[in-house]
Amino acid sequence: MSILINKNTKVITQGITGATGLFHAQGARDYGTQMVGGVTPGKGGTVIDGFPVFDTVLDAIHQTGATASVIYVPPPFAADSIMEAVDAGIELVCCITEGIPVLDMVKVKQYMKGKRTRLVGPNCPGVITPGECKIGIMPGYIHKPGRVGVVSRSGTLTYEAVWQLTCLGLGQSTCVGIGGDPVNGTNHLDVLRLFEADPDTDAVIMIGEIGGTSEEEAAYFVKQHMTKPVAAYIAGITAPPGKRMGHAGAIISGGKGTAAEKVTVLQECGISVAISPAEMAQALLKIYKP
Amino acid sequence: MNIHEYQAKAILRKFGVPVPDGHVCYNSAGAREWAKRLGEGPWVVKAQIHAGGRGKGGGVKLARTADEVRVVAREMLGMTLRTHQTGQEGKLVTRVLVENGCNIASELYVSLLVDRATSKVTVMASTEGGMDIEEVAANTPEKIFTEAIDPLVGLTPFQCRKIAFSLGLGGKLVNKAVTVLQGLYETFIACDCSMLEINPLVVTAENNLLALDAKFGFDDNAIFRHHKIGDMRDYDEEDPNEVEASQHELSYVSLSGNIGCLVNGAGLAMATMDIIKHYSGDPANFLDVGGGATIERVTEAFKIILTDKKVEGILVNIFGGIMKCDIIAAGVVEAARQVSLNVPLVVRLEGTNVARGKEILAESGLNIVSADGMADAAQKIVQAVKGAKQ
Repeated sequence: MSILINKNTKVITQGITGATGLFHAQGARDYGTQMVGGVTPGKGGTVIDGFPVFDTVLDAIHQTGATASVIYVPPPFAADSIMEAVDAGIELVCCITEGIPVLDMVKVKQYMKGKRTRLVGPNCPGVITPGECKIGIMPGYIHKPGRVGVVSRSGTLTYEAVWQLTCLGLGQSTCVGIGGDPVNGTNHLDVLRLFEADPDTDAVIMIGEIGGTSEEEAAYFVKQHMTKPVAAYIAGITAPPGKRMGHAGAIISGGKGTAAEKVTVLQECGISVAISPAEMAQALLKIYKP
Repeated sequence: MNIHEYQAKAILRKFGVPVPDGHVCYNSAGAREWAKRLGEGPWVVKAQIHAGGRGKGGGVKLARTADEVRVVAREMLGMTLRTHQTGQEGKLVTRVLVENGCNIASELYVSLLVDRATSKVTVMASTEGGMDIEEVAANTPEKIFTEAIDPLVGLTPFQCRKIAFSLGLGGKLVNKAVTVLQGLYETFIACDCSMLEINPLVVTAENNLLALDAKFGFDDNAIFRHHKIGDMRDYDEEDPNEVEASQHELSYVSLSGNIGCLVNGAGLAMATMDIIKHYSGDPANFLDVGGGATIERVTEAFKIILTDKKVEGILVNIFGGIMKCDIIAAGVVEAARQVSLNVPLVVRLEGTNVARGKEILAESGLNIVSADGMADAAQKIVQAVKGAKQ
């Protein structure tokens, strides 16, 4: 078991005929993921490097039985691609695309209300259940199957945490990149709920950064409902206010969303917070004996 | 991206939001002429810089005659205006806005922003116009009223009336407020704003509403579909290194320290700054070269870091995922040669082909210190910079 994806997950790639989409579809297939095809409007009926291409997400689902989709469509068209996948009723959408206008995402969020699809991202590395299924752009080999869940707003910082765990012999159940945008499909809290319910996850590392209150909300959940140990790291202690630090969502605005504020709340909620990013795995080991 | 007040008011005027009549001027003679054309006075002369707190710094002045407009404009143009938002270096004033004065009965506050918690555009309004809204929110939160907007329906008249009544408006002002608020929402959506703030929105002695100041923030991700707004960007108002970086698709923010950072990924870049600080160093910048860093981008990144004269050492921290470490290492060596690097350089590589990457660095003959892990890297660069000073 794991969360969101496993060895039975069948994945289609939206934007498969683009260079990025094809490259990562191949990488995921090499990892062992069931990559069953792709969607590029107007190129339906063709085959690219063994992947059948369809005109619409609905066609792709009907023909392949896909249960998840990954999106590499350029930013101006990505919101539409998400809504197409939602309309087709797919279970999971991972949107990797960075740079989607925030007002497009505001509409997407409203559109998704009452629908069955879960969206992860946008502007994220994707989701991986090590040894079973990789959806996204993360390097597969740094992961190791195991029982620690990882959730993060940042891509490379997730790799850093995963690598620290793997080097200590601690494998991961599932790693979820929720993305660096201010409006996204899944937040820290959603993922913690899934980890808490997953019998194959024993502990969690949560990685956050400046901006918003997603980490604080997750922390209150940890305090009230979570039985599994949680360690965390918050990036951006040195970030100046009012400046966007790479991610669209990584900005301290109106004096809110500072790293110091988040660290305090997390600690008050019983989370083991790593002050140095080099010690994320150690912070977990302080409260978790594998 | 931000714009000047006079540009903001021109946009608002287009969407039916009432603003004072005014004109931007680049010299004092022009200011005098425009004052006469605008009306009979008094006029307000306002320095146009991208920072708040202008009034306290002497950047907003009242003039009773057209000649006085000229005198005030002459004083302001060319002055370096310091406010709590500009920092000590201040901002050079190259243009002023001359506009008609008005009789203020009371001052209100209105803003729109994307609320992350609800994923909706939200109106914030307060009776405490003209004040620093962060202070109002901290000290008297009960004086702030909010309405979340359904993106598929828009800001409805009843929501606008709710806000108007909360603000204590009555009579004809209620419908005027509906017009103003709906105009602001229309502007926000049409221009892909991330923030739109009217502080103050004044009630005049004649019982009208008027946006006396306006501040826009635009969603950088959406500028591609607003060329006219993109053209309003004033590069003189931005850090030249940040402008240069954005042209090479590098994400760069200038900071006050002396250790330059070059990192892939925004989260890791922030974490790198933090760990430098953790070991008592001081980061000079945030720099994310992105996932698909090429030799050219790494070289440009080095050049930008070294333009900053404060930099006394550089830390490269790369977690190569899809990007292979040997390629990054080749890029670092090539860049170090091109810019004839003369400050300590510590490189931490991790990920695909890391062994080969470290070999390339060692074989280069350049004075590059290799590090294992983030903690080692941060300690090494902090020591190297301190050592170089002694």
